Amino acid sequence: MNILKKLRPASPSKQDKLAYITLRFFSLIVIVLLILMVGQLFYASREAFSEFGFKFITDDFWNPIDDEFGALPFIFGTVVTSLLALLIAGPVSISVALFITEYLPKGISGILGTFVELIAAVPSIIFGLWGLYYLAPFVKEMLTPALKATLGFLPLFQGPSFGIGILTASIILAIMIIPTITSVAREVFRSINILHKEAALGLGATKFEMIKIAVLRPSFSGIVGALVLGLGRALGETMAVAMVIGNTPQISKSIFAPASTMASVMANEYAEAESDLHLSALCLVGLLLFVVTFVVNLVARTIVWKQTKGVSK
Amino acid sequence: MKISKSRIIKNQVFKGLLVLSALLVILPLILVFIFLLQKGSTSISLDFFLNDPKPVGEVGGGMRHAILGTLIMVSIGSLIAVPVGTLCGVYLSEYGKGKIATSLRFTIDLLTGVPSIVVGIFSYLIFVVSFKSFSALAGAFALSIIILPIVTRTTEEILKLIPRHVREAGLALGLPRWRVIYNIILKGSRNSLMTGVILAISRAAGETAPLLFTAFGSMYMSYNVAGPMASLPVQIYNYAISPYKEWQQQAWAGSFTLIIIVLGLNLSAKFLFNSKKLKKFFARKS
Repeated sequence: MNILKKLRPASPSKQDKLAYITLRFFSLIVIVLLILMVGQLFYASREAFSEFGFKFITDDFWNPIDDEFGALPFIFGTVVTSLLALLIAGPVSISVALFITEYLPKGISGILGTFVELIAAVPSIIFGLWGLYYLAPFVKEMLTPALKATLGFLPLFQGPSFGIGILTASIILAIMIIPTITSVAREVFRSINILHKEAALGLGATKFEMIKIAVLRPSFSGIVGALVLGLGRALGETMAVAMVIGNTPQISKSIFAPASTMASVMANEYAEAESDLHLSALCLVGLLLFVVTFVVNLVARTIVWKQTKGVSK
Repeated sequence: MKISKSRIIKNQVFKGLLVLSALLVILPLILVFIFLLQKGSTSISLDFFLNDPKPVGEVGGGMRHAILGTLIMVSIGSLIAVPVGTLCGVYLSEYGKGKIATSLRFTIDLLTGVPSIVVGIFSYLIFVVSFKSFSALAGAFALSIIILPIVTRTTEEILKLIPRHVREAGLALGLPRWRVIYNIILKGSRNSLMTGVILAISRAAGETAPLLFTAFGSMYMSYNVAGPMASLPVQIYNYAISPYKEWQQQAWAGSFTLIIIVLGLNLSAKFLFNSKKLKKFFARKS
């Protein structure tokens, strides 16, 4: 016993304790920061909430001049553009993830993977600029006439197109969330047991059938998780959308019509908000957006986490 | 055994669809690049980097003030976020159990998912409202909230790659735990930790939304962090939605500069970090 005590360095425990306390301290600061953030949003939006209550999310007029605020047009714009983006990006991203994990040899799959990741690195503002000067004219002159010619009997595809609007914003959003969905889907596919795949091939399945039976079916919930995570990103995306959606607080049947999202209205009006109530209403929109993205991300993470933990190895 | 024709065709069609989707994904990236090269590179000159903007109508002028503004704000932001983020990452990887660690992990997850515009509002409420002025500091604070979770995440992931026996070896030599963490774990993976920082910085450099109503933007060169300051993304935004041809030209040139900075940082980070190398490095050392 005595020898052991002598061998022990002077008093490492004190320094170790200090280091531990420091680490804990900074961790606590970060946690407090988040609590502060939520608290601030609540505090700043209390005026609008006490004025409008829950009517805020069901009223569809937004009029800063008369201090009347209802956020429904923005909720509508956010939900529609995000879902449409998911509809476009979902199949494509999952196909790419399958292509990378199941078909490509390792070297090439790395290159394609890097390309997809690079899309995520492109700043939102650059997609916005590109959308404004390149995609919007394309949508107006090529895509809209084509859609009108084929599906024009639906109210969704009627009405004039100015280039900027829900459709253009959705396409940009789709491009921007493809990397998110692809990378999560890749992770999910990688966690699939290789024995199942071999078994399917051994029974004489073609590669397509093997993927259908042994890859896609067991990873269904993981794919849903990846999609929901992509949805979470689309909901909060600001600049690119603000530049191409037209920023009109209206609810329209046509996907060619201009609209506005929760994020874009904040970007557009925050610096110029004059009355306190206007500012407070914008904070309430921010709080709503925060809560929605929080719930969506939480759901997605739980699903993906269960999938990649539960099935692996 | 014979495989029926329809099954073979289905197989081929499926593969074709996958190839098509891969092309479809890369297409926008290429189109954006071509667009920026076409429009941006022609309006870029030395003037662009050395001059401040000129009023509409006058020829020339540049974005020196915005490039420097971005540099200043991103630097301040990372000065705040990188140490804190690294410490949190160390805490999660070396001690990561218990209530605080769980809530920290949750917090970091949440912070990653918070829309950047909401971060901007938070920073506005804290700084701009209390000091009654748009300021570069408020912008830098907003950027630090964007940088923080990325740094924490990558730090935790990288440190977890280090095998247990390295830590045990250090402790067995009689080193106190903090020395093991600092001298062996952190210093040994310094290069890979840098990648997380670079990735986070490249992300922050392109952020527009949180700067719109914190740093607000300006048309003059400014070193005053308590006042409004221009940044590359906000300047691009203001120019892009303006009706003037000269300004739109500037926006393209600015975007060209921005994408080269951001993708350059990104690719260099990817080049620096190689988890296999890291593992090998520690395997050899111990």
